[in-house]
Amino acid sequence: MTALNDLARSMRGRPVRPPQSGMSRRKSLWMRAHVDPWLLLLLLVLMGAGLVVLYSASGQSMAVVEAQAIRLGVALLVMFLLAQLSPVTLMRWSPLAYGGTLLTLVAVEVMGDVGMGAQRWLVIPGVMRFQPSELMKLAMPMMLAAYLGRRQLPPRLPDLLVCALILLVPVVLIARQPDLGTSLLVAMAAVFVVLLAGLSWRFIAFLSVLVAAALPLLWMNMHAYQQQRVLTFLNPESDPLGAGWNIIQSTTAIGSGGVFGKGWLEGTQSQLEFLPERHTDFIVAVLGEEFGLVGMLAVLCLYLLIVARGLWLANGAQDSFGRLLAGSIILTFFIYVFVNVGMVSGILPVVGVPLPLVSFGGTSSVTLMAGFGILMSIHSHRRLLPR
Amino acid sequence: MRKHRSALKNARQELHTFRVRSLVAAFVVILLTGALMARLVYLQVAQHEVYITRSENNRVRVEPLPPTRGLIFDRNGELLAENRPTYNLTLVRERVEDIDATLELLINLLDLPEAEIDAFRERSRQRQRPFQPALLMSDLSEEQIAKLAVNRYRLPGVEVEAQLLRYYPDAEIMSHALGFVGRINAEELKELDPGNYAGTHFMGKTGVELFYEKELHGQAGLRKVETNARGRVLRELGRTDPVPGKNLTLTLDKDLQSLAVDLMDGRRGSIVAIAPQTGEILAMVSTPGFDSNQFVTGIDVASYRALQNDIDLPLFNRAARGQYPAGSTVKPFMALAGLMEGEITPKQTIYDPGYYQLPNDSRRYRNWLRWGHGKVDLERAITVSNNTYFYSLAHELGIDAINEHMHEFGFGERVTEDVHGESKGLMPSREWKRARFNQPWYPGETLSVGIGQGYLQITPLQLATATAVLANRGHWVKPRLAKEIGDREVPVDLPDTKQDITLESSEWWQDIYAGMENVLSGREGTARRAGKGLEYRMGGKSGTAQVFSLGQDEKYNADELAERLRDHALFIAFAPVDDPQIAISVVVENAGGGSSHASYLARDMADAWISDKDDESEEANGTEDDA
Repeated sequence: MTALNDLARSMRGRPVRPPQSGMSRRKSLWMRAHVDPWLLLLLLVLMGAGLVVLYSASGQSMAVVEAQAIRLGVALLVMFLLAQLSPVTLMRWSPLAYGGTLLTLVAVEVMGDVGMGAQRWLVIPGVMRFQPSELMKLAMPMMLAAYLGRRQLPPRLPDLLVCALILLVPVVLIARQPDLGTSLLVAMAAVFVVLLAGLSWRFIAFLSVLVAAALPLLWMNMHAYQQQRVLTFLNPESDPLGAGWNIIQSTTAIGSGGVFGKGWLEGTQSQLEFLPERHTDFIVAVLGEEFGLVGMLAVLCLYLLIVARGLWLANGAQDSFGRLLAGSIILTFFIYVFVNVGMVSGILPVVGVPLPLVSFGGTSSVTLMAGFGILMSIHSHRRLLPR
Repeated sequence: MRKHRSALKNARQELHTFRVRSLVAAFVVILLTGALMARLVYLQVAQHEVYITRSENNRVRVEPLPPTRGLIFDRNGELLAENRPTYNLTLVRERVEDIDATLELLINLLDLPEAEIDAFRERSRQRQRPFQPALLMSDLSEEQIAKLAVNRYRLPGVEVEAQLLRYYPDAEIMSHALGFVGRINAEELKELDPGNYAGTHFMGKTGVELFYEKELHGQAGLRKVETNARGRVLRELGRTDPVPGKNLTLTLDKDLQSLAVDLMDGRRGSIVAIAPQTGEILAMVSTPGFDSNQFVTGIDVASYRALQNDIDLPLFNRAARGQYPAGSTVKPFMALAGLMEGEITPKQTIYDPGYYQLPNDSRRYRNWLRWGHGKVDLERAITVSNNTYFYSLAHELGIDAINEHMHEFGFGERVTEDVHGESKGLMPSREWKRARFNQPWYPGETLSVGIGQGYLQITPLQLATATAVLANRGHWVKPRLAKEIGDREVPVDLPDTKQDITLESSEWWQDIYAGMENVLSGREGTARRAGKGLEYRMGGKSGTAQVFSLGQDEKYNADELAERLRDHALFIAFAPVDDPQIAISVVVENAGGGSSHASYLARDMADAWISDKDDESEEANGTEDDA
């Protein structure tokens, strides 16, 4: 919190106290604010571009854009606040965050509100409703990074078994809600921690075989609508007016955009409502139709830069906990992008994954920006050691 | 110290592992992003043409604009067929939130009777594709429309659509002549030009409506519209206006047509009236008629069955398709055939003992008057309808000559320009009998044909046409129903008109006319009672067509026969004799003798028409005087 005081003081025009003895180099203003300017800049550009597309995708509704802007503002605030917590604090609080989230997941299982055909929301009457599974996206990698950070790496078998337990319980609970998309993302976040921790390649190969063998089992335990999504993905033309409609219309939107697009607000697929869920999960189709290949590549490059910066920051972390957590957060972020764009462009089945920071929706933006807050915390709380 | 060192070494090792792993991760990230980009290039560059076409097809819809069907008027400009706006109730399921509640509300608003509720619910499910409106109810009343309008906000997805429907103000009297339109069925659709009929739901099914379908229908237009995913039209991208169908003015006279129906007075039969000099069909009535409006929206099965199974055959157009023995109405034409062939002259006489015998045959062919008419010439033979004279004439002519000359009057042929579904009747010949029965022609059969019985079958339309030609001194004018099509007047001289009939001496026409005039005005005329008080010169001929053949020497007693086995009464007439304005044929089924019934009908028709004509000319004279 000293950095915050420093910032406040500097803003009030008072001289900032020189850093304590033992530090050879002065921290920059950004570092003292615990914000990574490059990452922040990239995120802001992405959000701005997202709002422009959202205006078109929402049928030119300024109200939707304002609502989204407010949510993004809240998300930025959350990011900034989380960045102030030191990684040590985060690590200490990880088991509590994980345990608490797990408890709410159980609560949802027992008494969750049924919304959109799935028990995803927990309602505290008169106060709020939220999706505990969303919190788990952060609590899971924190818990694993905290656990593995204290062990010797690469992890050994007993540690891995503990990790597997930490992973499986919430993932199964979320999958039962049923929310396959989120449970996969949570599992991915956990898997990234273990992979980055140095899981042996041989073990990775072994696990891959195991997962492949488990796929039929997974299929049998899937809900009918989930199975339908996969079947539709494999052959969208089989049900052109039903489940295949989304994919046919989104690929048509993207394909008809061509290289330069039809122009902002000019996309017929989007503006004439042929595209379903066009301001939420399928917003990238609007981008593809109105801004063409050029717009798509630009946005993909923006995401790549964010991922690159995130990986860079992860590599600068000073302990295992920071590295693993930062690496997992940024790779999960990429998985969001890949799964969303992959599904909208028709190379992945339809799973409910939004395009990060562009799709309309509050909860996921807040979680994602909280993740970036943690990244910035890990980066900015480094002790600058003398060389 | 050592512990510290190993910790440091470990930390370094861990950092190294992480660096390697994150490099691998970065590599995978780039690979996956590359895959996405490749997909995008495939969609947006390689397959761009496919998808741009697909999105255009999504967006642009071509809607046909059906033309408005031409109106039909009678000769005086009275409207016979019009297009009335009617209102239909439609429902698009996709736009309805709660289908059950909506249907319930509609049933209450429309105040539907119990019996129709199930069918109403069923109709809401009938449609071929999503977002297609289902037709719930047609022809809404004003009150129903008002109620729906007030409750519109509670009924999303429910629409009241306007549609032009054919309406026949005088359906019962015009039904057979006009015909009607009905919904186009799948078979008819194959025959029609799909482009021109894309938006048309109705087409002519019979009568004038069918014959002049092309003219009445017009040319369809189209418009290109942009629609959203729900099928709602957002804007028009282009349009070609439809060309409305042409209006049709008929030669029919509504008042005369109406009079004919009144005169039939519920009996089965037909009255056809033709203007001899122009071929205009002034009246063409077949009774009983039916309400053709029922067929426009689609008649329900029970009503259709009832019409079809009706013993009076209301759907049958007797005027054009009814085939009857001509009876004695054929005699003037037989006489003309004899004159043409040179077998007789007007002054030649025969002696009638009350029967005729073929040479070497004991069978007696009876005159209707048992004791005979004595000395009979042509004029008297027609006036008294002497059978013996015509037996003898028929025998002398032979079936071949009879067949040839009867065809010249149009018997055994389709005679009109534009009457739909006209029957040929039957003019028998040796060839016909050989083909039909594989039997030779017997001389006795010629005698039957000579007095309009036997195999001979005529339609009322043929009979009126032949009468018109006779009245016109043999000059053929093709009968027709169309007077004007759009702006174009239909000419009197139509192609494919039959050759005029010429006699050796044109004076002979007067002998035929004299015989026919005496039918109504002479002391011995068979229809002299109907001719009482004639103010103009009218020629006629009665006829009786046997439905039930009597054995030799059996006496005919109308009372003893069931009503439907009684003879048909026929009458042909034309007037005025020196300047024929109207030629009429009357057939009254099962009415008994023609002289006692059909002749009055013909007289009233002629009276009405000629007095109407006189009024017109008086009016014309009046205006001249004023000027």
